[in-house]
Amino acid sequence: MEAVIENKTVSGKANLEVFSSTLQELAAGDRDIVVVTSDSRGSGKLVPFGQKFPKQIVEIGIAEQNLVGVAAGLASAGKKAFAVSPACFLTARALEQIKNDVAYSDNPVKLIGISAGVSYGALGSTHHSLHDFAVLRAINNLTVVAPADNYETAEAIKLAAAFDKPIYLRFGKKNMPDLNAVDDVPFEFGKGRIIREGNDVAFMATGETVHPALQAAQQLEEENNIQATVISMHTIKPLDYELLASTANKCKAIITVEEHSVYGGLGEACASFLLQNGIANPFKIVGIPDEYTVTGSQNEIFNHYGITANGLANNALALMKKITSEL
Amino acid sequence: MKETQNSGEISDPPLGDGGLAEKSIEYRKNILKYIYNANAGHTGGSLSCIDVLNVLYNHVMNTNPENFTSPDRDRYIQSKGHSVEALFVVLADKGFFPESDLETLCKYKSHYIGHPTKKVNGIEQNTGALGHGLPISAGIALAAKLDSKKFRVFTLLGDGELPEGSNWEAALTASHYKLDNLCAIIDNNKLQITGPTSEVCNTEPIDVKFESFGWSVRHVDGHDLNALKETFDDLPFNEGKPSLVIAHTIKGKGVSYMENTVKWHHGVPNEKQYHDALTELDNAMMTIPDDF
Repeated sequence: MEAVIENKTVSGKANLEVFSSTLQELAAGDRDIVVVTSDSRGSGKLVPFGQKFPKQIVEIGIAEQNLVGVAAGLASAGKKAFAVSPACFLTARALEQIKNDVAYSDNPVKLIGISAGVSYGALGSTHHSLHDFAVLRAINNLTVVAPADNYETAEAIKLAAAFDKPIYLRFGKKNMPDLNAVDDVPFEFGKGRIIREGNDVAFMATGETVHPALQAAQQLEEENNIQATVISMHTIKPLDYELLASTANKCKAIITVEEHSVYGGLGEACASFLLQNGIANPFKIVGIPDEYTVTGSQNEIFNHYGITANGLANNALALMKKITSEL
Repeated sequence: MKETQNSGEISDPPLGDGGLAEKSIEYRKNILKYIYNANAGHTGGSLSCIDVLNVLYNHVMNTNPENFTSPDRDRYIQSKGHSVEALFVVLADKGFFPESDLETLCKYKSHYIGHPTKKVNGIEQNTGALGHGLPISAGIALAAKLDSKKFRVFTLLGDGELPEGSNWEAALTASHYKLDNLCAIIDNNKLQITGPTSEVCNTEPIDVKFESFGWSVRHVDGHDLNALKETFDDLPFNEGKPSLVIAHTIKGKGVSYMENTVKWHHGVPNEKQYHDALTELDNAMMTIPDDF
């Protein structure tokens, strides 16, 4: 499917809302598109979808294992099934269905994890998904995507609808500004987007953390004369190894940023590739540490763990200082 | 050619009764042959469900190698995936693959492993973890309803897998969406790996539970080929309701020393036991009346 570059100008909405509006556009011309929900059409911004396409929405009730199993059956019979459920429940409670019924059986279900990461904030750890990248990366035959902005979200949904393999996409519910890429390369799974270029440090970020990474890069330039690259590594698997290697060759230090445990996500995926290829830039993984997650809103949790312009800039400064002291 | 109750366009000609009875014995001999050869397999459960599979594939479903890519074919999902040897010998007999392929059962790099996979022609879904067949089957049946297609979906569950909660989630969905094109069959052999199902986790009364979930339920002797045929010929039991067939079966059926014995859940016969079993099945073949 052709990517639509002009959609880059869509801005300011929650990625979840863009997911819903894009899906409505697609469903109007494709009766095989079916949304499967677990009492989650409200939190998935899918109430309008259900009103417009009542024959293309399947309500399962609060039963995530069944949600994924039914979606696998629908997909095996030719339906473009979008299984929509909070990321925390979808990828933990229904993990065996994702592993067996979707990935292993190669049923091209589109697994949509809504309100991902710590989007649910003060609702607490039951509602957080800080494990999804880790567990899903370890499952063969599954593409894992976390779009950063409205443009990436719209393009990812269009591509997912036509994708003939299992895929997981996760979205947050915070309003996201547009992040314009430095080039007009069409959005593609497995190809990171370069949002900003600089030769000192690189931020490899994903999902809703790309924006604070960009703010950190701007702050580093203004306050410290440090030039930072920012990449939206929207596809966690398959990872864009080519872009990772070229960025590591260009920049002195690498910082990965994700709304996920520091274990098993984007950071460790990057570290694994770099180390096994003898690329040993100073390197830092920023995410949610392995502890009882602090309570608070998404913004407060981000602030607490340094997923902010200041926090990320400080990490960059620390790595640059290390490089300078070693010279 | 007999018209089946569904699309009917691509159905097999029905076999005579005698053909089915002989097939059941041949299937049992092949199950034992390939399990003995592989030194692995789920013997007891394969022998308990083989008569159901015989009737489904040779009398009920319009599923064969020629129509297997047709969107209108009937689907069979084996939720109790561990009894895959029963499915393999039926699929081989139907011509989905050469029977000699089964000589590689459980061998290095073989597609013929201890649970169903789509790498094997004729298999619809990868199964093996229990409690997965009913949700997937409900999804396929729902797709048929959404597309106004006439095909039917059959899924075979073991009685031992009923405690898996996903079964009951899917049982709700099937009745909520009035999936009368879905038929679940319970191979109710009443034994599981630890012992009697009633002692491991009592799921009785199964019929009352499913009826209360909105299903239409029938009991049948799971080794009575005519009774099985009559039962499946009556599908759907009630319009607007999913159908459940509780097939009362005997684990290890057909080999007297295996029958109703827990150790044959995945026991493999030694050479003497194997030949004794074949002798018993050959003798059973001799007793099939000519006019049956």
